[in-house]
Amino acid sequence: MSVNTVPCTVKPTVTLQIGDAETDSSRPGVYVIDVTLPIGQTVNIQEISFKNYYTAYVSVRLLRRDGEGAAKWTTCLRNHCLMPSPHTEEGSQDYCSVYRQQMLIEPDNVTSVRLILRQPSSAWLNFSVEDIKIHPCLNEDSEWDIPDWLSDLTQVDQLCDLQGLPDPQTVSSSIQQMWALTEVMQTNQTTASIGRFDVDGCYDINLLSFT
Amino acid sequence: MMDEGTELSLTIAQIVQRLKATHLHSQIERQAKECLHRPEIQLESLKEDVRNFLKASGWERKLQNAVYRELHVQPLPSHPAAPPEHAKEPLAYMRKAQVNWEKRILKSLNSMCTELGVPLARKRPAVEQKELTNKWNEMGTDEPGKWTSSQSICSDRRLNTPSYSISHDSQVLISLRNPNHDSSEEASAKSHWGLIQVPLHDRDIPQMREAYSELSLTTGQLGIDDHTHVPPGKTRLICTELAFCQDSAAAQQYSRQGCPTGLRADLWALILNSTNEPEDVMHYEQLKAGVIHHDLLVDNLIYKDVKLTASNDDYYFVFEDFLYQVLLCFSRDTAVLEHFSYNSATPPKSYIQGKVGVEEFAVVYPPNGENMAPLCFLYNEPSKLYSVFREMYVRYFFRLHSVSSSTSGIVSLCLQFERLLQTHLPQLFYHLREIGAQPLRIAFKWMVRAFSGYLSTDQLLLLWDRILGYDSLEIVAVLAAAVFAFRAENLMEVTSLTSAEAVLADLSTLKVMPLIQIFLFATVI
Repeated sequence: MSVNTVPCTVKPTVTLQIGDAETDSSRPGVYVIDVTLPIGQTVNIQEISFKNYYTAYVSVRLLRRDGEGAAKWTTCLRNHCLMPSPHTEEGSQDYCSVYRQQMLIEPDNVTSVRLILRQPSSAWLNFSVEDIKIHPCLNEDSEWDIPDWLSDLTQVDQLCDLQGLPDPQTVSSSIQQMWALTEVMQTNQTTASIGRFDVDGCYDINLLSFT
Repeated sequence: MMDEGTELSLTIAQIVQRLKATHLHSQIERQAKECLHRPEIQLESLKEDVRNFLKASGWERKLQNAVYRELHVQPLPSHPAAPPEHAKEPLAYMRKAQVNWEKRILKSLNSMCTELGVPLARKRPAVEQKELTNKWNEMGTDEPGKWTSSQSICSDRRLNTPSYSISHDSQVLISLRNPNHDSSEEASAKSHWGLIQVPLHDRDIPQMREAYSELSLTTGQLGIDDHTHVPPGKTRLICTELAFCQDSAAAQQYSRQGCPTGLRADLWALILNSTNEPEDVMHYEQLKAGVIHHDLLVDNLIYKDVKLTASNDDYYFVFEDFLYQVLLCFSRDTAVLEHFSYNSATPPKSYIQGKVGVEEFAVVYPPNGENMAPLCFLYNEPSKLYSVFREMYVRYFFRLHSVSSSTSGIVSLCLQFERLLQTHLPQLFYHLREIGAQPLRIAFKWMVRAFSGYLSTDQLLLLWDRILGYDSLEIVAVLAAAVFAFRAENLMEVTSLTSAEAVLADLSTLKVMPLIQIFLFATVI
């Protein structure tokens, strides 16, 4: 998972309800959340992550800008289940991610994301998703360019005059061996604890702490 | 909900990391090096030949068992954005309830210390250490206060108030509420009559029939069919074969139909991958040395607990000395702290020499252990007994002592019991409710101890065979409902909580497997 996220604005939730919102006594079962990028920016989405709060199903629609500059809404995820049983707690507060591979269309050149949340059970007072983050694709060639001078390294064909100094080849091979040893040590680190819990042989404790 | 490939590689990486820390890793390495001398190992096919050697000599099986154990114990890798407390317990309101309850316990422990003027831990003077070493095998014969810093503590009635375990505090569970749950509706078809009011997932009987298919009426069970015409020879042969090939997963599958008494100890040790290698014995000896050097305040609670319960129990009083030896060591075992990564509880911390906040001076105060007495029937070596008990605790019994949404947790068990009763014995439930005898008030004490101390020992061990076999405590809730179903006729005639309790007071004559089978497979749906 990539740690970098794209700055975006999460608009306030919109309720979808049949009938008059003010007079209707039942709670809404569908919410829509729009997430927009700053004007003019587009993103190729790798992952959308969020924290669930009692949402049972989520659908995702994307507003994509195609070649001519026109924008079109398409559904990329339909009724993805977050809670296997909407009346019970399973999955209700989990951290979730929707990956590029799960989407029905290529999520490229996206300017806006719309999350449609559904919770058919009347057992819950409220539901939503929190902490919505959009993770862009990492481009391979956006990494650092190799500076020019690195490719201009001169060949050291002629041996310098060594006076009492060791042969550079043997030195470099022994350094390589040492480096390999340190690598092995690093990969062999264990998670075993030593298991002693006294300090300087003293285990006199007087009060338990709340933190 | 990560992509499956990444989840698998993460799990593998986690398990490899954990296994590198174990003795098994160095043993296998050593074996691999030593086998290079053998004639069948060729240089051209070195990797394959070493692998085949390890397979043939049984080391691959040991590694399989170790991996199997890790898969059981470690939770699945969680979402990268999830904080560690979310991995322990995903529901925020349960975490809060656990924290509040822990704070209350700490507060009362601290006040007990200050009121009685006793430290939480102190080093024993040399004379006392020597005496305790000599009397190690007979601690049960002394008065409990003898080995503690204050004789008065054990007899002090204030010792009754604090408790590490939720088993003494069912009120915490009954008052659990989800702030987002709509409980304002009038009584309806979906309203729950019981005391637990959290909407956790539970299974109904048709789902359980599938899950517990090995318990069906047409499958032979040890504990029922070995008393009839089925010749014991065949099952014994299968079992010895199992014990010989040393496969944890196969042993676990076998245990679903019960273990023969003579082989139960070995089978359980195999399922739990609990070894008795020299380093395990040494670990136990180290813990014993810890008990001798330092006296902890919790020791008083342990002494009192054991004296009140086990020593008065008809079955367990013979094991009183064992209980002290194991529980005192358990309370000092830092390896148990590992299980806190998936236990919703947090161990309390304290600071040495008053240096509050300085992390190097922080030590962790131990959790308590119960449900240990029945194991004394299986193992007579303290280090082996200790090893099996510790593994059972970190896999199953710890869930009975903390607030969590896990399916084996005490909250889920209570809810499962109440739902089963309400669905299949509604008349009985309604009647008991009307007379002020909520069924959970009677069944809670059975479930929180996994029926230890209530059933006769052979029946209890048959029940625990299934806990190990199905890797879950759910069967405990099923048995509780089955007991109510069995005594339903008598219970319908009682008119008060005390008479209901009297009907259900003595479970020592019950046979658990027929009860469970009838409840799961013969109930009309």
